[in-house]
Amino acid sequence: MAQPRTLFDKVWHSHVVVQEPDCPAVLYIDLHLVHEVTSPQAFSGLRRRALKVRRPDRTLATIDHCVPTDKPDLAGADALAVRQIRQMEENAREFGISLCSLDSPRRGIVHVIGPEMGLTQPGMTIVCGDSHTATHGAFGALAFGIGTTEVEHVLATQCLLQHKPKSFEVRIEGKPGKGVTSKDIVLSLLARSGIESGVGHVFEYTGPAIRALTMEERMTICNMSIEGGARAGMIAPDETTFEYLSGKEFAPRGEAWHAALARWRALPTDEGAVYNRSITLDASLLEPMITYGTNPGMGMGIADRIPDPDALPHPAQKAGLDKALRYMNLRPGQALLGHPVDVVFIGSCTNSRLSDLRLAASLMKGRKVAPHLRVLVVPGSQKVRRQAEAEGLDGIFQEAGAEWRQAGCSMCIAMNGDALEPGEYAVSTSNRNFEGRQGKGGRTFLASPLTAAAAAVTGQITDPRTLS
Amino acid sequence: MATFIRLTSRAVPLPFDDIDTDQIIPARFLRSTDKAGLGAALFSDWRYTSEGSPRAEFVLNRPESRGAGILLAGGHFGCGSSREHAPWALIDFGFRAVISTSFADIFRTNALKNGLLPVVVDAQTHRELFNLVEQDPSAELTIDLPTQALSMPSGKTVGFSIDGFSKTCLLHAMDELGYLMSHADRIKEYERRNETTPTPP
Repeated sequence: MAQPRTLFDKVWHSHVVVQEPDCPAVLYIDLHLVHEVTSPQAFSGLRRRALKVRRPDRTLATIDHCVPTDKPDLAGADALAVRQIRQMEENAREFGISLCSLDSPRRGIVHVIGPEMGLTQPGMTIVCGDSHTATHGAFGALAFGIGTTEVEHVLATQCLLQHKPKSFEVRIEGKPGKGVTSKDIVLSLLARSGIESGVGHVFEYTGPAIRALTMEERMTICNMSIEGGARAGMIAPDETTFEYLSGKEFAPRGEAWHAALARWRALPTDEGAVYNRSITLDASLLEPMITYGTNPGMGMGIADRIPDPDALPHPAQKAGLDKALRYMNLRPGQALLGHPVDVVFIGSCTNSRLSDLRLAASLMKGRKVAPHLRVLVVPGSQKVRRQAEAEGLDGIFQEAGAEWRQAGCSMCIAMNGDALEPGEYAVSTSNRNFEGRQGKGGRTFLASPLTAAAAAVTGQITDPRTLS
Repeated sequence: MATFIRLTSRAVPLPFDDIDTDQIIPARFLRSTDKAGLGAALFSDWRYTSEGSPRAEFVLNRPESRGAGILLAGGHFGCGSSREHAPWALIDFGFRAVISTSFADIFRTNALKNGLLPVVVDAQTHRELFNLVEQDPSAELTIDLPTQALSMPSGKTVGFSIDGFSKTCLLHAMDELGYLMSHADRIKEYERRNETTPTPP
């Protein structure tokens, strides 16, 4: 009998084109997603070498990082951003690549549109010049972020040079309690195992709590794999995956669908396969989470108190937490419940899908945004925006006093003008609370859409379970 | 990409763990469509006040940092975003190597592809190096890639590891894209066998 293999092993081995001794593998890439920020220098490289894009039909470009979200066009937008967007349009035209341009109904955050179009499928290799590419791993794809030189490699050859990472099982047992979302599961994982444990590894999320999640919830978890240092994060495909994909625009149909299902059903990790490392979390013990520091691993249960740097075992950890608390202007031992906030951001490739917006709206319905608070709701794609409007979510947000925006990365990375002012505090559903990430001098508390909505209506950090 | 064979230089100490790429170069500088000139934005939010003047106390602004080719950083350097602008900015500023106890995967890959050498040392050597350069900012370290050795002024030498392929690429300024393209026939053959996955519009 063949050696039992993990999901990751299966996808990896089926994509190795060449493996020479003492060399990285030449790995075939099924789908290459491209956006305006990390691709211009790659296209310049192709031009310099007089190369073409090898497979324009396996390449899809969008504009998401720099696009304004306060209006549907570029009127009044920052000149550098406009230039970068125009460059993306020109590159797509010149190299024959499909682009979800500004007026495209398919436009949106790269990690939202791939899945919603049905392009992201089990067993594929997917790359993008963007570290949150792991999102697509929710479908049992091997998906990871690459640099711009590698973007050029994939454009030119549809292949990448890769050393095989190790495997890391993240098993989530139990059933989460009320108010505990998949964002809280992944923030708990990061708080427990840190932001470096995944380096050199690919996470595979397993266990009953993962099986019980919807595809959108699974995407939230895989999205933040990079925050744990992992190259990628994968979830084995199952009936939930197939049901999500069935009928999607670019999903296979008819006979091809049945052939695909047969391939996909063979992907899950075999009984007895061994991972290089593993960790187990019990979801039933988790609370809604909030971060207090300047990396996503500095998180705690929403009612907990900020840890004391002096209690940490290593001097470097102590120095890191000291520095983070100084930046955040917070004290050891301080509770965050009741801490005032200036801005609430609901959006990003982590939490901007329809179910995230529904969750936030369920709590904001019939309530008002707290005085002096800015609340931005930024759908992940124009399609999500249309769907939300069709069910009246935009009305709920606007009646509450929140801003209902066009699709884009927006305040997750603050490249498009949506930014915190120095010293401002935000509760954000995004993925990174690094210093200045949401605007120079801005301070970020990462949380779920439910916790963000609770802060939106109270103006302070609030346990969402006390409101519903 | 330039070759990397041997580097003797002073080192700039940045003793924080988990320095993310948003610190190395904040996202607002990523609206460039070019690689050049990013050194001016390196560690921008740590280096300049909100009015844009240099913070005298920040290590990169000290006179002894001028011309240094080695960054001595805390553990897990380069975590976060995939932006290759991080190594581009470090190189544009003048760095040719970064020493740490560990590197984030994407940063490491991006650095190697641009001739910026990530050197991993053990925790004890790491502490020793910080003590050395903090006591004597003029101390020079030598990084010798052929022998994979890092030497201190005392003569003490420690080894470091690097995969053979990356080492060859650095020593000869070899182009990885050239290697990939040399396998064009195998790629074509792979595609013939595997045309099942969908393609975008």
